[in-house]
Amino acid sequence: MSPPPTTPTAFRYDDLPGLLARMTGDEKHDPAALSTLDVLWVLYDRVLRVGPGLADDPGRDRFLLSKGHGPMALYAVLAAQGLLDPDELSGFARFGSPLGHHPDRTLVPGVEISSGSLGHGLGLAVGTALGLRLAGRAARTVVLVGDAELDEGSNAEAVQYAGRAGLDGLTTVVVDNSSATHGWPGGIAARFAVEGWAAVDVDGRDHDALHRALTVPHAGRPLAVVAHVEPEEAR
Amino acid sequence: MAAPVPVPTPVPVPSFALLTGPQRPADQRERFYHLLPELLAADPRAVALLADIGAGHVDLPPSVADRMVNLGIREQLLVSAAGGLALTGMRPIVHTFAPFLVERPYEQLKLDLGHQGVGALLVSAGASYDMAGAGETHFGSRDVPLLDTLDGWTVHVPGHADEAETLIRAALPGDDRVYVRLSGTSNARPLGTGPGPSVLRRGSRGTVVAVGPLADRTLAAVADLDVTVLYAATVRPFDAGPLVATLSEPDVVLVEPYLAGTSVGQVSGALAGIRHRVLGLGVGPAELRRYGTPAEHDAAHGLDVAGIRRSVTAFLS
Repeated sequence: MSPPPTTPTAFRYDDLPGLLARMTGDEKHDPAALSTLDVLWVLYDRVLRVGPGLADDPGRDRFLLSKGHGPMALYAVLAAQGLLDPDELSGFARFGSPLGHHPDRTLVPGVEISSGSLGHGLGLAVGTALGLRLAGRAARTVVLVGDAELDEGSNAEAVQYAGRAGLDGLTTVVVDNSSATHGWPGGIAARFAVEGWAAVDVDGRDHDALHRALTVPHAGRPLAVVAHVEPEEAR
Repeated sequence: MAAPVPVPTPVPVPSFALLTGPQRPADQRERFYHLLPELLAADPRAVALLADIGAGHVDLPPSVADRMVNLGIREQLLVSAAGGLALTGMRPIVHTFAPFLVERPYEQLKLDLGHQGVGALLVSAGASYDMAGAGETHFGSRDVPLLDTLDGWTVHVPGHADEAETLIRAALPGDDRVYVRLSGTSNARPLGTGPGPSVLRRGSRGTVVAVGPLADRTLAAVADLDVTVLYAATVRPFDAGPLVATLSEPDVVLVEPYLAGTSVGQVSGALAGIRHRVLGLGVGPAELRRYGTPAEHDAAHGLDVAGIRRSVTAFLS
């Protein structure tokens, strides 16, 4: 569920290419931006309790884009959901624009974390989920990482601790486009499962399947959703 | 004038023991551990984050036990989680040994606190070589200069457990980035927590600025020299007001318990309008590859009474 946008135009999924084109100037899009598009849309349109009226609500759900490169999909979805002025998109990456190739939370109110250097979002998400749990809030913390980003060892620290602590307010979405240089033999979901997470594999382009995976009950355990999308080479 | 430097009676205890005896000033780290339950009880935003170090030394009542989180030996997560907690409005108190709090998770300090625009209260132990026998891996002389590369950090270097307690209490209610550097060495009595440096002595041949736990020995080293001695328990931001106000000869010696020269630029900047000289004493950058005791490392770095006296005398003559 999602509150209605306050912008005059209510955008739909089919409008995202047009919003992306405002940033890129044409219809060609960076694969890193597109790999996350469907996950982001489903999260913001159907899963997260966020919206223009909740920007400062301490009980809002948090979405943390850890894989900060290719944030155009996030900006497009935020604009479509009324969390970002669509007119900002055309200034993408210019000196005075709040929208860069890596997002800065202090410049974009709808962006929960500044990211870019890989391997920071999961740790930030653990702290966020801890803080919400200590405050007695039921809000979810959802962090998006890439399969190659998991190369960074800092993720292991966060995955291990979150599992042991039973941080069920935390969800990690791994967008897996098979881009990790040395791969993940045996799959990524197994690595979360062995640390005590509920872990599911899902087609990262199937909106209904993504919705089911992102809302699967996981009491007492954090949730990992491994969203498989086509490898970059296949584009 | 300077009080005579107390000579501690050697006590046969293990070097790692946390012990406060009547024969020496209270231990800063022990004071912090004793203070933590009260801090957590008094401020519902306070969350203590540990990476095993200290976990065995803190006894918490059940009412606040959930707000001390021991993450295990995970120092990257230690700082990232602090950033996440701060994003939800909590006030993280983050503690481990200096090299594991500042050097190992340096990028987390830069990005997960600074770049997010949030803060935390960092409290380190071990200082430059409190655990002399542990060797280079546990030495923390680079903490303050590393924080100098980052934006918006307040750095406290208390010279006494009372100062440490005052500074920690004052920093807790904020949302800013604060580093409190606890030392295993303390002065015989508290010498003030500012906000600016305090004037311990007035002289006419130059100024010696003693930082934190090096004050007593600095006073002893310059006891018969005609110099002003200032004491600073807070080095960032560096308040040069008292230095400028009491300046006699524009010759300034900094005596800092971390990397030598760390605050030379601060002094030079404050005195940019006049011809001046600055000497930065502190821990040398070279690896000594020695173990032993803190006192032996003090001597090796010229930070014992004789070494400070030697350097100051040569500089002023």
